[in-house]
Amino acid sequence: MSLPTDDLVSPFTLEYTYKRSTGPVIGRFLAGLRDGQLLGVRTLTGDVLVPPTEYEPTTGDAVTDEFVEVGPEGTVSTWTWISNPGPKDPVSVPFAWAMVHLDGASTPMLHVVLSPEASLKTGARVRAKFAETRVGHIRDLAGFEVVT
Amino acid sequence: MRSISIAGIAQLPSKLAEHHMDAAELVQAVTALALADAGIERKQIGFVCSGSSDYIMGQPFSFVMALDGVGAWPPIRESHVEMDGAWALYEAWVRLQHGDIDTALVYSFGKSSVGNVDDALGMQLDPYYVAPLGVSPMALAALQARALLDARFANERDFAQAVMRARLAGARNPNIPTPTATTVDALLAAPWVASPLRAHDAAVRTDGAAAIVLRAGGPGPKITGFAHRIEPHALGVRDLTTSPSARRAADDAGASRIDVAEIHTPYASQETILRNALGLNDRMLVNPSGGTLVAETPMVAGLLRVVEATRAIRDGAHRALAHATSGPCLQHNLVCVLEST
Repeated sequence: MSLPTDDLVSPFTLEYTYKRSTGPVIGRFLAGLRDGQLLGVRTLTGDVLVPPTEYEPTTGDAVTDEFVEVGPEGTVSTWTWISNPGPKDPVSVPFAWAMVHLDGASTPMLHVVLSPEASLKTGARVRAKFAETRVGHIRDLAGFEVVT
Repeated sequence: MRSISIAGIAQLPSKLAEHHMDAAELVQAVTALALADAGIERKQIGFVCSGSSDYIMGQPFSFVMALDGVGAWPPIRESHVEMDGAWALYEAWVRLQHGDIDTALVYSFGKSSVGNVDDALGMQLDPYYVAPLGVSPMALAALQARALLDARFANERDFAQAVMRARLAGARNPNIPTPTATTVDALLAAPWVASPLRAHDAAVRTDGAAAIVLRAGGPGPKITGFAHRIEPHALGVRDLTTSPSARRAADDAGASRIDVAEIHTPYASQETILRNALGLNDRMLVNPSGGTLVAETPMVAGLLRVVEATRAIRDGAHRALAHATSGPCLQHNLVCVLEST
């Protein structure tokens, strides 16, 4: 839609202008990613939350201090194919978002799957692919690839 | 509970782009209409509460500047939620329960045309694990839609039929952009954007404003139940095929014997989930306004559902349900039940 010429237009940068600390649980997970490792945290009821949080989301209880290595393979529990990625998408070629239930985890996590559309299905087995340069960020995990 | 009535309602037409009114002008216009509808003067209002989003309006504390439109001198008792106006209505309803004041003015405003709403909605995602991935609200809704298909709770034709129903009803709504006529087969022939969702499965985003005047006792539809419930932030711990929070909100609000329901569906696929969770069936009139698939003004869509439910009661319905949602994949849900007096 074209704007009438008498309208004022101004640039706007959408951002949250604060620094965050990652803390002992999220920080541990992100450090694990940097080291090429996928970690979950065990809850009081024995579940393994991946990615881990400092509390059990449905009860608010604190989690235990036991971290559990999960994956690197897992199962796609739901997915969507993005045929025309936009500038905000993490990859510039068509890709899938998926919830991936890593082996050993009780909950699935969101990330991308970098495999052809035809190989995607609910229940597909995938394997974690790490980025070559890792800094302790969720994108240290480049995504998952379908295991054939 | 103190009995609270809807004394006045108003909305400005939902437009694809409102270039000529700023936030204060939207607020001035819509609150004046609501006060006139209630037959109440501004100085009689005991409490003012608004809902809007700075991220969407593109300016920090945009709601403070918008207060110019209400007339905040001499000083008024005022509050704001960085949420849809339906939650501002909830706060005002709770405030009136205190019993020391008898009236409240609630309004909300939003402009989808001034920025990228998807980017703004991305700010509410987990800042460590989800937001940095850059996932869009539509992609998240598509993950939910796929889960719905896999569970056989719906099929893609159901999504298209929800869009068709919205457009047919919306064609009779003078306050929204005229929906494009289509057929279910034509909709299903469109390509996926985020499979299994197509571009038309997303709500048409608009600019607009809505307002409601609440009064303790008195004439007008009575609020017989009002509740909101939220689910965990982490998507992985939720069952995306159902909406336990909408179900609990409906139970807590006493949502039974409903004639008309106005529900907030950011994506067509979510109608099935909400119909199940809210206990809606084919004997009820659902979204006579066309609903949010044909016009969704950010931060206004939920409050406007209460406005539409009030209109339904004024048109003869006995009990009407209004629903609002917030957060990815229907994370947070609110239900307000109105009854004719």
